[in-house]
Amino acid sequence: MKHFGIVGYGAYVPRYRIKVEEIAKIWGKNPEDYKKGLLIREKSVPDVDEDAATIAVSASLNAIEMAGINPQELDAIYVGSESHPYAVKPTGTVVAEAIGATPNLTSADYEFACKAGTAAMQTCLGMVKGGMIKYGLAIGADTSQGRPGDALEYTAAAGGAAYIIGSENVMAEIEETCSFTTDTPDFWRRAGQEYPRHGARFTGEPAYFKHVLSATRMLLEKTGTTIDDYDYVVLHQPNGKFPLRAAKTLGVPKEKITPGLLVPEIGNTYSGASILGLAAVLDEAKEGDRILMTSFGSGAGSDSFSIRVIKKKENKHPVKSYVEKREYLNYGQYAKHRRKIRM
Amino acid sequence: MPHRKSLSLVWRRYPQRYQLIGSKCLTCGTHFFPPRDFCPKCRRKGEIVEQKMKGTGKIHSFTVVRVPQEGFEMEVPYVLAVVELDEGPKLTAQIISVKPDEVSIGMPVKMVFRRISEDGDSGIINYGYKFEKA
Repeated sequence: MKHFGIVGYGAYVPRYRIKVEEIAKIWGKNPEDYKKGLLIREKSVPDVDEDAATIAVSASLNAIEMAGINPQELDAIYVGSESHPYAVKPTGTVVAEAIGATPNLTSADYEFACKAGTAAMQTCLGMVKGGMIKYGLAIGADTSQGRPGDALEYTAAAGGAAYIIGSENVMAEIEETCSFTTDTPDFWRRAGQEYPRHGARFTGEPAYFKHVLSATRMLLEKTGTTIDDYDYVVLHQPNGKFPLRAAKTLGVPKEKITPGLLVPEIGNTYSGASILGLAAVLDEAKEGDRILMTSFGSGAGSDSFSIRVIKKKENKHPVKSYVEKREYLNYGQYAKHRRKIRM
Repeated sequence: MPHRKSLSLVWRRYPQRYQLIGSKCLTCGTHFFPPRDFCPKCRRKGEIVEQKMKGTGKIHSFTVVRVPQEGFEMEVPYVLAVVELDEGPKLTAQIISVKPDEVSIGMPVKMVFRRISEDGDSGIINYGYKFEKA
C-alpha cells in the first residue's frame, strides 16, 4: 500500500536565550506575572548573522540527511515565515541554492502568521498525491519580533523545522488534514512596519481557541477518531497556557501534550512552533504511534493533521539537542542581536 | 555598510559560498577551493571536475578581530581563521558560536550557512559559509 507523508524532518533552534526576568526587569514588570500568566521561562534569540533563511537551511539540511535523498530530487520548496529576510525575493530561492536543489524545481514563500509552515506541508502533500512532484520540502522558520515592552516581546522567538513530503520511504504517514479559516483581526503587521500589532482581546477566544478547537474537531469527525486514538497531541503554542487550556477542553491528558510543548523553554517560534513540537514528538514516538497536530496562524486559521509513524528513522540532530544547547544573553546583548540598536 | 558594487561578482560565487563547491583533478586527486579549472601539477594531463567539499576540517591558524572592517561592528570580537578542509584546500572563514579563548589550532570545525554581509538596508543580503566547532 502506498503511503503519503513525511520522508524526513529536521529542526533548528538558535543557541541564544533570554529569560523572562531579564526582559521584565527592563520594563519594570513583575516576571512572575509573565511566567505564571504565559507559562514561559525563556525564549530563543537568533545570532546576529541568523535569519529565517539561515534557520530554514539548517533545518532542511537535517531533513535531507534523515530522508537520505539527493536534494536534486526535490521538486518543490515552500517556505513559511512571517520574517522573510526580503519583502520581495523568495527565501525559497536562497534555501534551494544553499541545499543544492536548484534549478529544476518550483518554489514560493508563504505567510500566514504562525501557521505558514503547516500550509506549506499541505501544499506539498497535495502535489505529491496529485503526482506533480516526487518530493516536496515544506519549511516553517521565523525570527519573530515583538515591540519592545509589548507582551509579545516575552515570547517572540526564533527557530524552524523542515519536512520532506513524499510517497517513497515514508516514515510517518499523513492520514488526513483539514483546515478552518476566517477573517479575524487578532494580530497583524502592516507593510513597512517593523513590529506587529494585536487586537488584545481577540487573541484568545475568537482567534486561537475558536480556530484550534474547530479544526481539531473537524479532523476528528473527518477521520472518525477520538482523542483516545492518538498517542500524542501537538497544538500551536504562542505561550504555554493556550495549548494546555485547549487540550483540557478537548479532553487531552497532560502526558499526551507535554512531549510536544517546547514553548516554556524556547518561546513561540511562530511558523516553526507547531512543527518543531511535532519534530520533538517524532523524535520519541514509536512505530504505530498516532499524532494529532493542529497549528494556528493569526488572521486567522488552523490546519489539523492526523499522522501515523510507520517506520522509525533516527534523528541525528534531535530537537532536544537544540533545546538544551543554550547561552544566556542580557537585555543589551539581546537588543544587539535583534537589531534594536540603530547604528 | 560596505557597498558591493558588483552584484554579478557575488552572484557568480554563490555555488562556492553557499555549498563549498570547488573542483578536483581526476588525474592526481587534488582538490581545489576556490575551484580551479587547471591543475598546476598535472598541467595538460590534468582533468578537472566540479567537486563539493564535505564542509568539515580543522583550524590551521586563526586571529581575533577586535577592530572590524565596516559592516562587522556587531560581531566583534570575532574569530577569523584559516580552515584546512578534510579534502586539503585551505580557506579563510569566520568561526562562530565560540568565544575567542576557546579556539585552538587543530580544533575540528564544520560549515554552517549564515549571513555574511549586506549592502545597506535596501541592498542584497550576502549569505555564505562560516564554521563552528564540530
